[in-house]
Amino acid sequence: MATQPIITVKNLVKEYAGFTAVQGISFEVYEGEIFGLLGPNGAGKTTTLEIIETLRSKSSGEVMVDGFSVERQADHIKQRIGVQLQAAGYYPGLNLIELLDLFAGLYGVRIKPMEVLQKVALTDKAKTQYKNLSGGQKQRFSIATTLINSPRIIFLDEPTTGLDPQARRNLWQLIRDIRNAGTTVVLTTHYMDEAEELCDRVAFVNGGRVIGINTPDGFIDELVAKGFERPKQVKQANLEDVFISLTGSPTVQ
Amino acid sequence: MKSYNNLRATLSITKASLMSIFRSPSAVVFSLLFPLIFIVIFANIGGGAVSIDAGLAKNSDTLNPIYQILKNYKVINLKKDLSATDMQKNLSKGSLDAIINIRKNNGLPAYTIDVTFTAASQEKGNMLRSMLKSLLYQFNTQANPTEQPKMAEFTETTVKGREYKYIDFILPGQLGFSLLNIGVFGTAFVFLSLRQTLVIKRFFATPVKKYSIILGEMLARVVFALLGAIIIIGIGHYAFGFTLVNGVVTVFNMLLLAFIGLVVFMGFGFIISGLARNETSVPPLSNVITLPQFLLSGTFFSTAAFPKWLQPVSNILPLTHLNNAMRKVAFEGAGLLDVTHQLVILLAWGVVIYAIAIKTFKWE
Repeated sequence: MATQPIITVKNLVKEYAGFTAVQGISFEVYEGEIFGLLGPNGAGKTTTLEIIETLRSKSSGEVMVDGFSVERQADHIKQRIGVQLQAAGYYPGLNLIELLDLFAGLYGVRIKPMEVLQKVALTDKAKTQYKNLSGGQKQRFSIATTLINSPRIIFLDEPTTGLDPQARRNLWQLIRDIRNAGTTVVLTTHYMDEAEELCDRVAFVNGGRVIGINTPDGFIDELVAKGFERPKQVKQANLEDVFISLTGSPTVQ
Repeated sequence: MKSYNNLRATLSITKASLMSIFRSPSAVVFSLLFPLIFIVIFANIGGGAVSIDAGLAKNSDTLNPIYQILKNYKVINLKKDLSATDMQKNLSKGSLDAIINIRKNNGLPAYTIDVTFTAASQEKGNMLRSMLKSLLYQFNTQANPTEQPKMAEFTETTVKGREYKYIDFILPGQLGFSLLNIGVFGTAFVFLSLRQTLVIKRFFATPVKKYSIILGEMLARVVFALLGAIIIIGIGHYAFGFTLVNGVVTVFNMLLLAFIGLVVFMGFGFIISGLARNETSVPPLSNVITLPQFLLSGTFFSTAAFPKWLQPVSNILPLTHLNNAMRKVAFEGAGLLDVTHQLVILLAWGVVIYAIAIKTFKWE
């Protein structure tokens, strides 16, 4: 795997009135990897992402995205990244095709909306309004909007929160496909199984600081080497496996 | 990389916004259907509301041009068949609004018009008085004793030009009210909801400029409102005989006025979108702006009918001046230069409103 950094964050600090959300975070994201930001709510993950996405200003530190500086070359960065926000809505009253056309106009690119929907398996919902989609379909559409400008990097903030196990597996496959097509993926998640399954490397963030960066396997091996043992013997399957087995293997719906 | 096209981004937002407006029932109902319903209702009962019953005295001269013009006034209903005593009786009861007696003189002035008004019908008496005054004014200024034939020409134009229908009053008012609704409610709702549902935040993750978002949304409302204005004017003109003195030129002038008024009113919408905490607080805040103007800006009744103490309030509201300008343009054939007084007041409102809007508007 290439280890060329595409995002470099150095000593990033974000202060709000009377409170420091990000207290000197540093990490690198390598080109072509799926990178996970993990940590409890309020740890500063979303703030960090939004600063990298140029949606928020930083107090100090340095952030470079694909060779561009977030404070001086925000427009260059916006043209090279795709962003999925936690809980963002879409323009009311428009169907998926019309929304994609709108984004094509905002990004200044020419697209074939059906081809974009094809990538996220939503062609049969082309004339549906966003609000009438299921949770998994909404997330897949959100990801579709991040792909419009053929970005170098996409950012996904809790893309699988609230989804059923099948929809989650669907989305994992979609994210892997996007990465395999050459796009770097940065995501946040509260599901450790998801991070273990999906991410090449993860960073743990707590209290506005990075407290560890490694591959998921690396972290697990480290912990086991310290003599950690699970208190209870794990069964051969868990309830999620039961869910998948009872409801059938994931279908794209 | 190709250079980014701000115009295309702006127009994409305009297109999206227009599709959204046309699919939202409330936008179409409030800004198009309501004004049309009011126009239909008032255009039909309006004729009766402003008809003036005037008795023509038995010994009145009827072979004069003044009588010929009065006879053709649709609002004036001339009654000739009543006896002199019945006429007096009806006048004191108020079922007659006035008695007119036109006398031919041997010298100058050539005619004297004696009008007896009644305290029982002061309002209509006032209307008749001002109609007669303006008629005589035209008559005296245009009549040239050395060139008698001009009198005949004048008669014809006066009759047409002065035929005042209620639609000529109600339509500009309803048009103004439609513009106020689109400007205030439409703008306030869209920016609040785009902000709350994080649609704008997602837009900010694209290279789009802030001014593109504002201009795109404003442009969509301008297109929608002007289409609505064309429909309202068209239906008013063809179905109810709304007067367009200079035809297409008048329509064009009205649309220009509509544009100016709408831009000013959208400023109110920007302010409200910044002040409102959530969607439920938009209607009350908007009503604070729209309702007083609906009632006090001469939308249904002439502001001249309001009590003295209320008139200064009416005269300060922007919709009053938009309505007045519209009526002047449509009915008197005025150009935009003839309504600079109204335009200056609207402009002053615009400056104040947008100064406040810049302070209160919120992006997130």
